[in-house]
Amino acid sequence: MMLRHNRCDGAGARVIELENVAYSYGGGELLSDISVKLAPGSFHFLTGPSGAGKTTLLKLCYGALLPSAGYVRLFQTDVRSLERDDVAQLRRKIGVVHQDVQFLDHLSVTDNVALPLTVSGRHAEAAGPDLAELMNWVGLSNRAEALPAELSGGERQRAALARAVIMSPDIVLADEPTGNIDWEMSQRLLTLLVELNRMGKTVLIATHDLSLIRAAKAQVQARVLRISNRRVQLAGADL
Amino acid sequence: MTFNFKSLRRLISGDPYAGRVVPPSGFTAQLTLFASGAMAFLAVFALALSLASGRLAERWGNELAGTATIRIVAPQDQRAQQTAAALRVLETTPGVARARALTNAEQQALLAPWFGSDLPLDSLPVPRLIEITSTGAGFDATGLRLRLAAEVPGAILDDHGRWRAPLVAAAQRLRLLGWVAAALIVAAVAAMVTLAANAALAANAQVVAVLRLVGATDSYIALAFVRRFTWRALVGSSVGVIVGLVAVWVLPSGGEAPGFLTGLGFQGVGWFVPLALPLVCAAVALAATAFAASRALRSLS
Repeated sequence: MMLRHNRCDGAGARVIELENVAYSYGGGELLSDISVKLAPGSFHFLTGPSGAGKTTLLKLCYGALLPSAGYVRLFQTDVRSLERDDVAQLRRKIGVVHQDVQFLDHLSVTDNVALPLTVSGRHAEAAGPDLAELMNWVGLSNRAEALPAELSGGERQRAALARAVIMSPDIVLADEPTGNIDWEMSQRLLTLLVELNRMGKTVLIATHDLSLIRAAKAQVQARVLRISNRRVQLAGADL
Repeated sequence: MTFNFKSLRRLISGDPYAGRVVPPSGFTAQLTLFASGAMAFLAVFALALSLASGRLAERWGNELAGTATIRIVAPQDQRAQQTAAALRVLETTPGVARARALTNAEQQALLAPWFGSDLPLDSLPVPRLIEITSTGAGFDATGLRLRLAAEVPGAILDDHGRWRAPLVAAAQRLRLLGWVAAALIVAAVAAMVTLAANAALAANAQVVAVLRLVGATDSYIALAFVRRFTWRALVGSSVGVIVGLVAVWVLPSGGEAPGFLTGLGFQGVGWFVPLALPLVCAAVALAATAFAASRALRSLS
C-alpha cells in the first residue's frame, strides 16, 4: 500500500510548532498567545465551543493562514519565510480533511482522490494498484467511478480522507470530520485515522464531539487540546 | 506566481491530466473562440490595407520620382524653336537620362478624354510637352529652372514634386493606419482574453481552493487556465485568418486598371504575413491569461 510507515525522528523533532501565535480577524483577536508543539507520530484532538477558533488554528497548521504575531513552523520551517509555491510544496506533506469536503465535481471519485498526485506531476495511472488498494482501504472500491455529487456524507468523508493520505503525508489534519455523518460511520472514520497514527502519522483532529474523543482514547494514546478564551490549554483527564 | 521557460515548455508539451482539473466551460469557450476568430478576420483586412497602401506608396513614389515634364508655353511661331532649345539644355544637364518632345499624336491622346480625339492642336495654343527621364541620382531642378529661364523663356519645369509628395504621404499614412488597426485588434484580443480569464477564475474559485488544498502551486493552477485560453485563441484566430485570406482572395482584382480598392489584397510573400496572426494571438492570449491569473490568484488567497 502506498501509505508508508513513518519513522519518528526523536523526541526533540517537531512537525508542527506554534510559538506565541496570535491571529486577528476583522479588528478582533481570535487567537492569542498560542504555543503548541506536535511531535511526529502523536495523536491530538483540538476541541472547544463553536466559533472558538478550531478551524482557524488548523488553517494556521497547514499554512493556509499566516499568524498576526508569533511563529508557525512546519517541519522546522517558519511559514512566513516561504514563498507561496513553497507553502504549496510543503502542503503535500500534510493531508487535510474538512467537514465541508470540497471536490472537483466534474471528476470521478478516483480522479479526485488522485488529485494530489496529479498536481505534483505524478499520474494516477502510475499509482494504479496502490490507488485501488487505498480506495479499498476506505471502502470506496465500488464507488470509484462515481461523481462526488453521487456520494453520501460518509462516503464523501472517506474519499476526502483517501485524498488526504494518498501522498503518504507525515501529518493528517481533520476539521470536524464526523460532523455530517452518523455514529457508525464516524467510528469507521476514526478507525482509519487511528490506523494512520499507528503507521506513524501525526494526527490532529478538531472536533466538538466528546464521544469521538472518548472512543479514540480507548484505542490510542491521544492528547486533547482545548481552545478557551482565545488560548489553548491541555484538557484534563475528564475527557 | 512564476511563469517561466519551464512553464512554457509544460504548456507546449501539454499534460492531459493537468488540463482536466479545470472544468469544461462550453459557452464561454465558444465565445472566446468566436471573438478570436472575428478579430483575426478583421486583422487580415487591416494587414491587407496596410500592405496594399505600402505597395501604392512605393509605386507612386517610383513612377513619379523618375520623371519630370517641361511645358513650352510660347507663341505658335516660336514653339518649335524653344522646344529645340530646351532639348539642347537638357542634353547637357547632369542627371537627365533621356528627354523627348511628345508628338502631336501623343498630346492628342492625352487630351482626348476631355476634348475628344479630333482636336486641331496646330490651331490651338496648347503648350508643347517634353518628357524627361532622370538617372537614378536625379537632376538639380533648381539649377535647371534657372538655365531654362535664361535660355528658354517659355519653358516651365514640373518635377511632379507637388503631386508626388502628398500622394506618397497619404499612402504612407494609410499604411501606418493599417498597422495601427492590426495592433488595436490584437490589443482587443488581449483585453477580451483577460476579461474571459478573470471571469473563468472567479467562476472557478472553489476549484482553485481545492487545488490549493491538495498542494497545487499557483503556477500549476495558472497554467491550467493559460493552456486553455491560449489554445482557444490559437484555434479561433487560425479559423479567422483562413476565412479572411479566402475573402481577400475572392475580392475582384480589377484587372490591369489602376485603382486603390481593386488593389486591396496580398501579393507574393505578403500572403504569408497573415499566417503569423494565430501565433501572435496565441502569444497575446498566453501573456494576458498569465497576467490575469497572477492577479486573480493573489486576490483569491
